[in-house]
Amino acid sequence: MTQRKIRVLIAKPGLDGHDRGAKVIARALRDAGMEVIYTGIRQTPEMIVEAALQEDVDVVGLSILSGAHMALCPRILELLRREGMDDVLVLVGGIIPDEDVAPLKALGVAGVFGPGTSTREIVEFIRSRVSDASAVDASGLAASAVAVGSERP
Amino acid sequence: MPSPGASLIPDLLAGSRRALAQTISAIEDGVVEAPALLSALYPHTGRAHVIGVTGAPGTGKSTLVNALAKAYRAAGKTVGVIAVDPTSPFSGGALLGDRVRMRDLAGDPGIFIRSMATRGSLGGLARATADVISVLDAAGFERILVETVGVGQAEVDIASAAHTTLVVEAPGLGDEVQAIKAGVLEIADLFAVNKADREGADRTVLVLQMMQGLAPAPTGHHRATAGSALPQPGPQEDGSWLPPILKTVATRGDGVEALREWIERHAAYLRALDGWSRREAARAATELERILRDRLLAHLLAALPADRLAQMVTAIVRREIDPYTAAEQLLTQAV
Ligand SMILES: Nc1nc2c(ncn2[C@@H]2O[C@H](COP(=O)(O)OP(=O)(O)OP(=O)(O)O)[C@@H](O)[C@H]2O)c(=O)[nH]1
Ligand SMILES: [Mg+2]
Repeated sequence: MTQRKIRVLIAKPGLDGHDRGAKVIARALRDAGMEVIYTGIRQTPEMIVEAALQEDVDVVGLSILSGAHMALCPRILELLRREGMDDVLVLVGGIIPDEDVAPLKALGVAGVFGPGTSTREIVEFIRSRVSDASAVDASGLAASAVAVGSERP
Repeated sequence: MPSPGASLIPDLLAGSRRALAQTISAIEDGVVEAPALLSALYPHTGRAHVIGVTGAPGTGKSTLVNALAKAYRAAGKTVGVIAVDPTSPFSGGALLGDRVRMRDLAGDPGIFIRSMATRGSLGGLARATADVISVLDAAGFERILVETVGVGQAEVDIASAAHTTLVVEAPGLGDEVQAIKAGVLEIADLFAVNKADREGADRTVLVLQMMQGLAPAPTGHHRATAGSALPQPGPQEDGSWLPPILKTVATRGDGVEALREWIERHAAYLRALDGWSRREAARAATELERILRDRLLAHLLAALPADRLAQMVTAIVRREIDPYTAAEQLLTQAV
Protein backbone atom coordinates (compact mmCIF):
# COMPACT_ATOMS: atom_id res chain seq x y z
CA MET A 1 0.00 0.00 0.00
CA THR A 2 3.00 2.30 -0.23
CA GLN A 3 2.45 5.22 -2.53
CA ARG A 4 5.72 7.02 -2.83
CA LYS A 5 5.70 10.14 -4.97
CA ILE A 6 8.54 12.21 -6.27
CA ARG A 7 8.34 15.58 -4.51
CA VAL A 8 9.75 18.65 -6.21
CA LEU A 9 10.19 22.19 -4.95
CA ILE A 10 10.01 24.83 -7.66
CA ALA A 11 11.43 28.12 -6.51
CA LYS A 12 12.35 31.39 -8.05
CA PRO A 13 15.26 32.98 -6.26
CA GLY A 14 16.45 36.47 -6.95
CA LEU A 15 14.74 39.68 -7.75
CA ASP A 16 13.32 39.25 -11.24
CA GLY A 17 9.59 39.20 -11.04
CA HIS A 18 8.10 36.96 -13.67
CA ASP A 19 7.50 33.28 -13.12
CA ARG A 20 5.68 32.06 -16.19
CA GLY A 21 8.42 29.58 -17.06
CA ALA A 22 8.54 28.21 -13.54
CA LYS A 23 4.79 27.66 -13.56
CA VAL A 24 4.91 25.83 -16.89
CA ILE A 25 7.51 23.46 -15.46
CA ALA A 26 5.51 23.04 -12.24
CA ARG A 27 2.42 22.00 -14.18
CA ALA A 28 4.36 19.66 -16.44
CA LEU A 29 5.86 17.88 -13.45
CA ARG A 30 2.44 17.58 -11.83
CA ASP A 31 1.09 16.11 -15.05
CA ALA A 32 3.94 13.61 -14.91
CA GLY A 33 2.61 12.43 -11.55
CA MET A 34 4.91 14.36 -9.24
CA GLU A 35 3.96 16.43 -6.20
CA VAL A 36 5.15 19.95 -6.90
CA ILE A 37 5.49 22.52 -4.17
CA TYR A 38 5.42 25.94 -5.72
CA THR A 39 6.82 28.75 -3.60
CA GLY A 40 6.57 31.81 -5.82
CA ILE A 41 8.92 34.61 -6.71
CA ARG A 42 11.65 36.43 -4.83
CA GLN A 43 12.78 33.61 -2.64
CA THR A 44 16.01 33.96 -0.71
CA PRO A 45 18.36 30.95 -0.58
CA GLU A 46 17.41 30.58 3.09
CA MET A 47 13.69 30.45 2.29
CA ILE A 48 14.27 27.89 -0.45
CA VAL A 49 16.31 25.57 1.71
CA GLU A 50 13.90 25.87 4.62
CA ALA A 51 11.00 24.94 2.35
CA ALA A 52 12.97 22.06 0.82
CA LEU A 53 13.67 20.73 4.28
CA GLN A 54 10.12 21.02 5.61
CA GLU A 55 8.66 19.53 2.46
CA ASP A 56 11.30 16.77 2.36
CA VAL A 57 11.63 17.07 -1.40
CA ASP A 58 13.70 14.89 -3.69
CA VAL A 59 14.32 17.69 -6.16
CA VAL A 60 14.82 21.45 -5.98
CA GLY A 61 14.21 23.21 -9.28
CA LEU A 62 15.47 26.78 -9.49
CA SER A 63 14.32 29.15 -12.15
CA ILE A 64 16.83 31.96 -12.57
CA LEU A 65 16.52 34.61 -15.23
CA SER A 66 18.30 37.43 -13.45
CA GLY A 67 21.84 36.33 -14.24
CA ALA A 68 22.60 35.94 -10.55
CA HIS A 69 22.94 32.15 -10.75
CA MET A 70 26.67 32.15 -9.90
CA ALA A 71 25.87 33.90 -6.64
CA LEU A 72 22.62 32.10 -5.75
CA CYS A 73 23.47 28.49 -6.59
CA PRO A 74 26.58 28.10 -4.42
CA ARG A 75 24.71 29.59 -1.46
CA ILE A 76 21.71 27.28 -1.90
CA LEU A 77 23.94 24.22 -2.30
CA GLU A 78 25.92 25.17 0.77
CA LEU A 79 22.79 25.61 2.87
CA LEU A 80 21.41 22.28 1.64
CA ARG A 81 24.64 20.57 2.64
CA ARG A 82 24.56 22.22 6.02
CA GLU A 83 21.09 20.74 6.59
CA GLY A 84 22.31 17.30 5.58
CA MET A 85 20.38 17.40 2.34
CA ASP A 86 23.27 16.61 0.01
CA ASP A 87 21.19 13.94 -1.69
CA VAL A 88 18.63 16.41 -3.02
CA LEU A 89 18.79 16.79 -6.79
CA VAL A 90 19.31 20.46 -7.68
CA LEU A 91 18.27 21.59 -11.14
CA VAL A 92 18.65 25.03 -12.63
CA GLY A 93 16.55 26.41 -15.43
CA GLY A 94 16.55 29.76 -17.12
CA ILE A 95 19.11 31.78 -18.94
CA ILE A 96 22.50 30.31 -18.11
CA PRO A 97 25.50 31.11 -20.37
CA ASP A 98 27.32 28.04 -21.68
CA GLU A 99 30.53 28.88 -19.87
CA ASP A 100 28.72 28.76 -16.51
CA VAL A 101 27.35 25.25 -16.95
CA ALA A 102 30.53 23.38 -16.06
CA PRO A 103 31.24 25.47 -12.92
CA LEU A 104 27.65 24.98 -11.75
CA LYS A 105 27.91 21.23 -12.21
CA ALA A 106 31.23 21.22 -10.38
CA LEU A 107 29.44 22.87 -7.48
CA GLY A 108 26.90 20.08 -7.36
CA VAL A 109 24.08 21.22 -9.63
CA ALA A 110 22.78 18.03 -11.25
CA GLY A 111 21.29 19.53 -14.37
CA VAL A 112 21.12 22.83 -16.20
CA PHE A 113 18.22 23.39 -18.57
CA GLY A 114 18.15 26.26 -20.99
CA PRO A 115 15.09 27.98 -22.46
CA GLY A 116 14.78 25.47 -25.30
CA THR A 117 14.50 22.41 -23.09
CA SER A 118 11.32 20.38 -23.46
CA THR A 119 9.46 19.67 -20.26
CA ARG A 120 9.55 16.02 -21.20
CA GLU A 121 13.33 16.05 -21.09
CA ILE A 122 13.22 17.43 -17.54
CA VAL A 123 10.65 14.84 -16.46
CA GLU A 124 12.82 12.02 -17.82
CA PHE A 125 15.91 13.45 -16.19
CA ILE A 126 14.23 13.57 -12.79
CA ARG A 127 12.80 10.09 -13.16
CA SER A 128 16.17 8.65 -14.10
CA ARG A 129 17.92 10.31 -11.17
CA VAL A 130 15.41 9.95 -8.35
CA SER A 131 15.00 6.35 -7.38
CA ASP A 132 13.46 4.66 -4.40
CA ALA A 133 16.94 4.57 -2.91
CA SER A 134 16.39 8.13 -1.79
CA ALA A 135 13.52 7.04 0.40
CA VAL A 136 14.40 6.75 4.05
CA ASP A 137 15.68 3.27 4.77
CA ALA A 138 12.66 1.43 6.07
CA SER A 139 14.42 -1.15 8.24
CA GLY A 140 16.01 1.71 10.16
CA LEU A 141 12.60 3.24 10.75
CA ALA A 142 11.33 0.09 12.38
CA ALA A 143 14.39 -0.10 14.61
CA SER A 144 13.93 3.46 15.81
CA ALA A 145 10.25 2.96 16.46
CA VAL A 146 10.97 -0.05 18.59
CA ALA A 147 13.75 1.71 20.45
CA VAL A 148 11.53 4.62 21.38
CA GLY A 149 8.63 2.37 22.18
CA SER A 150 10.67 0.43 24.72
CA GLU A 151 11.86 3.61 26.43
CA ARG A 152 8.33 4.40 27.42
CA PRO A 153 7.70 4.45 31.15
CA MET B 1 25.69 2.38 4.40
CA PRO B 2 24.30 3.38 7.78
CA SER B 3 20.56 3.79 7.75
CA PRO B 4 19.42 7.39 8.05
CA GLY B 5 16.17 6.20 9.57
CA ALA B 6 17.58 4.56 12.67
CA SER B 7 17.39 7.62 14.89
CA LEU B 8 14.39 9.21 13.24
CA ILE B 9 11.99 9.22 16.18
CA PRO B 10 14.52 10.19 18.89
CA ASP B 11 15.78 12.96 16.59
CA LEU B 12 12.25 14.17 15.94
CA LEU B 13 11.50 14.26 19.65
CA ALA B 14 14.76 16.12 20.23
CA GLY B 15 13.59 18.82 17.83
CA SER B 16 15.19 17.88 14.50
CA ARG B 17 13.16 19.43 11.72
CA ARG B 18 14.76 17.16 9.15
CA ALA B 19 13.69 14.08 11.12
CA LEU B 20 10.20 15.55 11.45
CA ALA B 21 9.96 16.10 7.69
CA GLN B 22 11.23 12.60 6.93
CA THR B 23 8.81 11.01 9.38
CA ILE B 24 5.92 12.79 7.70
CA SER B 25 7.09 11.47 4.33
CA ALA B 26 7.38 7.93 5.65
CA ILE B 27 3.83 8.11 6.94
CA GLU B 28 2.45 9.74 3.80
CA ASP B 29 4.16 7.12 1.69
CA GLY B 30 2.62 4.42 3.84
CA VAL B 31 5.86 2.50 4.34
CA VAL B 32 5.35 -0.77 6.19
CA GLU B 33 6.82 0.74 9.34
CA ALA B 34 4.33 3.61 9.41
CA PRO B 35 2.13 1.98 12.08
CA ALA B 36 5.20 1.35 14.26
CA LEU B 37 6.29 4.97 13.86
CA LEU B 38 2.86 6.22 14.82
CA SER B 39 2.77 3.88 17.80
CA ALA B 40 6.08 5.25 19.00
CA LEU B 41 4.85 8.81 18.63
CA TYR B 42 1.44 8.29 20.18
CA PRO B 43 2.50 8.74 23.84
CA HIS B 44 3.79 12.18 22.88
CA THR B 45 0.57 13.35 21.26
CA GLY B 46 -2.61 14.88 22.64
CA ARG B 47 -1.28 18.31 23.50
CA ALA B 48 -1.96 20.26 20.32
CA HIS B 49 -5.07 22.25 19.54
CA VAL B 50 -6.01 21.31 15.97
CA ILE B 51 -7.73 23.99 13.93
CA GLY B 52 -9.24 23.14 10.56
CA VAL B 53 -9.44 25.99 8.04
CA THR B 54 -11.74 25.25 5.13
CA GLY B 55 -13.71 27.15 2.51
CA ALA B 56 -14.22 27.59 -1.21
CA PRO B 57 -11.21 28.02 -3.52
CA GLY B 58 -9.68 31.48 -3.40
CA THR B 59 -11.49 32.77 -0.33
CA GLY B 60 -8.12 33.56 1.27
CA LYS B 61 -7.53 30.50 3.44
CA SER B 62 -3.74 30.43 2.99
CA THR B 63 -3.43 34.17 3.52
CA LEU B 64 -5.52 33.83 6.66
CA VAL B 65 -3.46 30.88 7.90
CA ASN B 66 -0.36 33.01 7.37
CA ALA B 67 -1.88 35.86 9.40
CA LEU B 68 -3.22 33.56 12.12
CA ALA B 69 0.11 31.81 12.48
CA LYS B 70 1.77 35.20 12.97
CA ALA B 71 -0.83 36.12 15.59
CA TYR B 72 -0.17 32.85 17.41
CA ARG B 73 3.58 33.45 17.31
CA ALA B 74 3.04 36.91 18.78
CA ALA B 75 1.04 35.20 21.52
CA GLY B 76 3.97 32.88 22.20
CA LYS B 77 2.60 29.68 20.66
CA THR B 78 4.40 27.40 18.23
CA VAL B 79 2.48 26.58 15.06
CA GLY B 80 2.39 23.66 12.67
CA VAL B 81 0.69 24.19 9.32
CA ILE B 82 -0.63 21.47 7.02
CA ALA B 83 -1.83 22.75 3.66
CA VAL B 84 -3.78 20.12 1.77
CA ASP B 85 -4.45 20.30 -1.96
CA PRO B 86 -6.08 17.70 -4.18
CA THR B 87 -4.16 15.12 -6.12
CA SER B 88 -4.99 15.15 -9.81
CA PRO B 89 -7.06 12.06 -10.52
CA PHE B 90 -5.57 11.88 -14.00
CA SER B 91 -1.85 12.03 -13.35
CA GLY B 92 -1.61 11.26 -9.64
CA GLY B 93 0.48 14.42 -9.33
CA ALA B 94 -0.38 17.60 -7.47
CA LEU B 95 0.46 21.27 -7.57
CA LEU B 96 0.79 22.53 -4.01
CA GLY B 97 0.80 26.32 -4.03
CA ASP B 98 -0.33 27.41 -0.60
CA ARG B 99 3.19 28.31 0.55
CA VAL B 100 3.17 31.25 -1.85
CA ARG B 101 0.89 33.06 0.63
CA MET B 102 2.88 32.02 3.68
CA ARG B 103 6.22 33.63 2.97
CA ASP B 104 5.98 35.82 6.08
CA LEU B 105 6.47 32.68 8.14
CA ALA B 106 9.90 31.89 6.71
CA GLY B 107 12.85 31.69 9.05
CA ASP B 108 10.86 31.13 12.22
CA PRO B 109 11.87 27.95 14.06
CA GLY B 110 8.54 28.07 15.93
CA ILE B 111 6.73 27.30 12.68
CA PHE B 112 6.69 24.24 10.46
CA ILE B 113 4.77 24.18 7.19
CA ARG B 114 4.01 21.05 5.23
CA SER B 115 2.13 20.86 1.94
CA MET B 116 0.21 17.68 1.39
CA ALA B 117 -1.60 16.14 -1.52
CA THR B 118 -4.73 14.11 -0.86
CA ARG B 119 -3.37 11.17 -2.88
CA GLY B 120 -7.05 10.23 -3.03
CA SER B 121 -6.49 6.79 -1.67
CA LEU B 122 -7.74 4.33 0.88
CA GLY B 123 -9.01 6.06 3.96
CA GLY B 124 -9.06 9.38 2.14
CA LEU B 125 -8.10 12.72 3.50
CA ALA B 126 -8.98 12.05 7.11
CA ARG B 127 -6.50 9.23 7.47
CA ALA B 128 -3.47 10.93 6.03
CA THR B 129 -4.06 14.26 7.73
CA ALA B 130 -4.90 12.71 11.08
CA ASP B 131 -1.58 10.89 10.98
CA VAL B 132 0.43 13.94 9.95
CA ILE B 133 -1.36 15.96 12.66
CA SER B 134 -0.17 13.36 15.17
CA VAL B 135 3.42 13.74 13.99
CA LEU B 136 3.37 17.54 14.37
CA ASP B 137 1.64 17.14 17.73
CA ALA B 138 4.35 14.76 18.94
CA ALA B 139 6.99 17.21 17.70
CA GLY B 140 5.54 19.70 20.16
CA PHE B 141 3.64 22.20 18.00
CA GLU B 142 0.99 23.78 20.18
CA ARG B 143 -1.42 24.90 17.49
CA ILE B 144 -1.88 23.01 14.25
CA LEU B 145 -3.62 24.79 11.38
CA VAL B 146 -4.91 22.49 8.65
CA GLU B 147 -5.99 24.14 5.40
CA THR B 148 -8.26 22.17 3.07
CA VAL B 149 -10.23 23.30 0.07
CA GLY B 150 -13.86 23.00 1.01
CA VAL B 151 -15.11 20.71 -1.66
CA GLY B 152 -17.39 17.83 -0.83
CA GLN B 153 -16.11 15.28 1.60
CA ALA B 154 -12.85 17.08 2.37
CA GLU B 155 -14.39 19.61 4.69
CA VAL B 156 -16.38 17.04 6.58
CA ASP B 157 -13.25 14.95 6.95
CA ILE B 158 -11.26 17.85 8.28
CA ALA B 159 -13.97 18.71 10.77
CA SER B 160 -13.66 15.21 12.18
CA ALA B 161 -9.89 15.57 12.53
CA ALA B 162 -9.96 19.04 14.13
CA HIS B 163 -11.01 20.39 17.51
CA THR B 164 -12.09 23.68 16.02
CA THR B 165 -13.26 24.21 12.44
CA LEU B 166 -13.04 27.63 10.85
CA VAL B 167 -15.05 28.11 7.67
CA VAL B 168 -13.77 30.93 5.46
CA GLU B 169 -16.22 32.77 3.24
CA ALA B 170 -15.64 35.79 1.05
CA PRO B 171 -17.94 38.29 -0.60
CA GLY B 172 -18.41 38.35 -4.30
CA LEU B 173 -19.00 34.68 -4.93
CA GLY B 174 -22.20 35.61 -6.74
CA ASP B 175 -25.46 34.85 -5.04
CA GLU B 176 -24.33 34.19 -1.50
CA VAL B 177 -27.49 32.41 -0.57
CA GLN B 178 -26.58 29.71 -3.04
CA ALA B 179 -22.81 30.01 -2.85
CA ILE B 180 -22.71 29.33 0.86
CA LYS B 181 -23.44 25.69 1.23
CA ALA B 182 -25.93 24.56 3.82
CA GLY B 183 -23.52 21.87 5.00
CA VAL B 184 -21.08 24.39 6.44
CA LEU B 185 -23.46 25.13 9.29
CA GLU B 186 -22.94 21.64 10.58
CA ILE B 187 -19.17 21.77 10.59
CA ALA B 188 -18.38 25.42 11.39
CA ASP B 189 -17.34 26.42 14.89
CA LEU B 190 -16.40 29.85 13.57
CA PHE B 191 -16.96 31.78 10.37
CA ALA B 192 -14.49 34.23 8.92
CA VAL B 193 -15.87 36.55 6.28
CA ASN B 194 -12.54 37.34 4.68
CA LYS B 195 -11.83 40.05 2.10
CA ALA B 196 -13.91 42.36 4.22
CA ASP B 197 -12.23 45.22 2.36
CA ARG B 198 -14.34 44.24 -0.60
CA GLU B 199 -17.87 45.26 -1.30
CA GLY B 200 -20.55 42.90 -0.08
CA ALA B 201 -18.91 41.65 3.10
CA ASP B 202 -21.79 42.90 5.24
CA ARG B 203 -24.21 41.07 3.03
CA THR B 204 -22.22 37.85 3.38
CA VAL B 205 -22.34 38.28 7.15
CA LEU B 206 -26.08 38.80 6.95
CA VAL B 207 -26.60 35.71 4.82
CA LEU B 208 -24.66 33.66 7.34
CA GLN B 209 -26.72 35.08 10.19
CA MET B 210 -29.81 34.25 8.22
CA MET B 211 -28.64 30.69 7.80
CA GLN B 212 -28.04 30.52 11.53
CA GLY B 213 -31.64 31.57 11.96
CA LEU B 214 -30.63 34.88 13.48
CA ALA B 215 -31.75 37.26 10.77
CA PRO B 216 -34.65 37.23 8.36
CA ALA B 217 -33.90 36.83 4.66
CA PRO B 218 -32.61 40.08 3.22
CA THR B 219 -35.37 41.59 1.11
CA GLY B 220 -34.49 44.68 -0.83
CA HIS B 221 -34.43 47.78 1.35
CA HIS B 222 -35.89 46.16 4.40
CA ARG B 223 -32.72 44.81 5.78
CA ALA B 224 -32.89 43.41 9.23
CA THR B 225 -30.86 45.51 11.61
CA ALA B 226 -28.60 43.45 13.79
CA GLY B 227 -30.33 44.48 16.98
CA SER B 228 -29.67 43.59 20.57
CA ALA B 229 -32.34 40.90 20.42
CA LEU B 230 -29.93 38.60 18.62
CA PRO B 231 -28.27 35.97 20.82
CA GLN B 232 -24.59 36.57 21.37
CA PRO B 233 -22.25 34.13 19.67
CA GLY B 234 -20.23 31.71 21.77
CA PRO B 235 -21.46 29.41 24.54
CA GLN B 236 -25.26 29.36 24.93
CA GLU B 237 -27.31 28.66 28.01
CA ASP B 238 -28.27 25.22 26.76
CA GLY B 239 -24.60 24.28 26.50
CA SER B 240 -24.43 24.63 22.74
CA TRP B 241 -22.03 26.89 20.84
CA LEU B 242 -23.21 29.58 18.45
CA PRO B 243 -20.47 30.15 15.86
CA PRO B 244 -19.30 33.77 15.71
CA ILE B 245 -19.06 35.46 12.33
CA LEU B 246 -15.91 37.53 12.08
CA LYS B 247 -14.85 39.91 9.37
CA THR B 248 -11.19 39.74 8.38
CA VAL B 249 -8.82 41.26 5.85
CA ALA B 250 -6.17 38.58 5.82
CA THR B 251 -3.81 40.51 3.55
CA ARG B 252 -3.59 43.30 6.12
CA GLY B 253 -4.12 41.25 9.23
CA ASP B 254 -7.30 43.13 10.16
CA GLY B 255 -9.58 41.19 12.47
CA VAL B 256 -7.10 38.35 12.79
CA GLU B 257 -6.25 38.85 16.44
CA ALA B 258 -9.99 38.84 17.26
CA LEU B 259 -10.32 35.64 15.26
CA ARG B 260 -7.45 34.07 17.16
CA GLU B 261 -9.08 35.03 20.46
CA TRP B 262 -12.34 33.42 19.34
CA ILE B 263 -10.52 30.23 18.40
CA GLU B 264 -9.04 30.16 21.89
CA ARG B 265 -12.47 30.82 23.37
CA HIS B 266 -13.82 27.82 21.47
CA ALA B 267 -11.05 25.62 22.88
CA ALA B 268 -11.87 26.86 26.38
CA TYR B 269 -15.56 26.13 25.78
CA LEU B 270 -14.74 22.58 24.67
CA ARG B 271 -12.54 22.00 27.70
CA ALA B 272 -15.01 23.45 30.18
CA LEU B 273 -17.93 21.41 28.95
CA ASP B 274 -16.00 18.22 28.61
CA GLY B 275 -16.48 18.70 24.90
CA TRP B 276 -12.74 18.42 24.40
CA SER B 277 -12.61 14.87 25.65
CA ARG B 278 -15.80 14.05 23.77
CA ARG B 279 -14.18 15.28 20.55
CA GLU B 280 -11.05 13.35 21.42
CA ALA B 281 -13.15 10.26 22.01
CA ALA B 282 -14.96 10.72 18.71
CA ARG B 283 -11.64 11.13 16.92
CA ALA B 284 -10.21 8.07 18.62
CA ALA B 285 -13.28 5.99 17.81
CA THR B 286 -13.21 6.94 14.13
CA GLU B 287 -9.51 6.20 14.02
CA LEU B 288 -9.78 2.84 15.70
CA GLU B 289 -12.72 1.75 13.57
CA ARG B 290 -10.88 2.68 10.43
CA ILE B 291 -7.74 0.82 11.42
CA LEU B 292 -9.76 -2.22 12.43
CA ARG B 293 -11.71 -2.19 9.19
CA ASP B 294 -8.51 -2.02 7.14
CA ARG B 295 -6.84 -4.74 9.16
CA LEU B 296 -9.83 -7.05 9.22
CA LEU B 297 -10.29 -6.75 5.48
CA ALA B 298 -6.61 -7.42 4.87
CA HIS B 299 -6.81 -10.37 7.23
CA LEU B 300 -9.89 -11.78 5.58
CA LEU B 301 -8.51 -11.43 2.08
CA ALA B 302 -5.27 -13.08 3.13
CA ALA B 303 -7.20 -16.07 4.41
CA LEU B 304 -8.95 -16.64 1.10
CA PRO B 305 -7.49 -18.27 -1.99
CA ALA B 306 -6.07 -15.67 -4.34
CA ASP B 307 -8.81 -15.69 -6.97
CA ARG B 308 -11.73 -16.38 -4.64
CA LEU B 309 -12.83 -12.76 -4.48
CA ALA B 310 -12.70 -12.37 -8.25
CA GLN B 311 -14.75 -15.56 -8.70
CA MET B 312 -17.40 -14.23 -6.36
CA VAL B 313 -17.53 -10.93 -8.19
CA THR B 314 -18.06 -12.77 -11.47
CA ALA B 315 -20.77 -14.90 -9.91
CA ILE B 316 -22.52 -11.81 -8.57
CA VAL B 317 -22.43 -10.11 -11.94
CA ARG B 318 -23.89 -13.24 -13.55
CA ARG B 319 -26.64 -13.19 -10.94
CA GLU B 320 -25.61 -16.66 -9.79
CA ILE B 321 -25.38 -15.34 -6.27
CA ASP B 322 -26.37 -12.13 -4.50
CA PRO B 323 -23.73 -9.98 -2.78
CA TYR B 324 -25.09 -10.62 0.73
CA THR B 325 -24.93 -14.39 0.42
CA ALA B 326 -21.54 -14.06 -1.24
CA ALA B 327 -20.19 -12.04 1.68
CA GLU B 328 -21.62 -14.57 4.11
CA GLN B 329 -19.94 -17.44 2.28
CA LEU B 330 -16.59 -15.65 2.10
CA LEU B 331 -16.71 -14.92 5.81
CA THR B 332 -17.54 -18.52 6.66
CA GLN B 333 -14.80 -19.77 4.39
CA ALA B 334 -12.18 -17.40 5.80
CA VAL B 335 -12.84 -17.95 9.48
N1 LIG C 1 -8.73 42.05 -1.10
C1 LIG C 1 -8.36 41.00 -0.39
N2 LIG C 1 -7.72 39.99 -1.00
C2 LIG C 1 -7.36 38.93 -0.26
C3 LIG C 1 -7.62 38.84 1.13
N3 LIG C 1 -7.17 37.67 1.58
C4 LIG C 1 -6.62 37.03 0.52
N4 LIG C 1 -6.73 37.79 -0.58
C5 LIG C 1 -6.26 37.46 -1.94
O1 LIG C 1 -7.05 36.42 -2.46
C6 LIG C 1 -6.28 35.59 -3.30
C7 LIG C 1 -6.41 34.13 -2.86
O2 LIG C 1 -5.84 34.00 -1.57
P1 LIG C 1 -5.37 32.59 -0.99
O3 LIG C 1 -4.93 32.85 0.40
O4 LIG C 1 -4.42 31.95 -1.93
O5 LIG C 1 -6.76 31.82 -1.02
P2 LIG C 1 -7.03 30.27 -0.72
O6 LIG C 1 -8.40 30.19 -0.18
O7 LIG C 1 -5.94 29.71 0.11
O8 LIG C 1 -6.96 29.65 -2.17
P3 LIG C 1 -6.89 28.11 -2.56
O9 LIG C 1 -5.90 27.45 -1.64
O10 LIG C 1 -6.44 28.13 -3.98
O11 LIG C 1 -8.29 27.58 -2.40
C8 LIG C 1 -4.85 36.10 -3.23
O12 LIG C 1 -4.62 36.91 -4.34
C9 LIG C 1 -4.84 36.90 -1.95
O13 LIG C 1 -3.89 37.94 -1.95
C10 LIG C 1 -8.29 39.95 1.74
O14 LIG C 1 -8.58 39.97 2.93
N5 LIG C 1 -8.63 40.99 0.93
MG1 LIG D 1 -4.67 28.07 -0.24
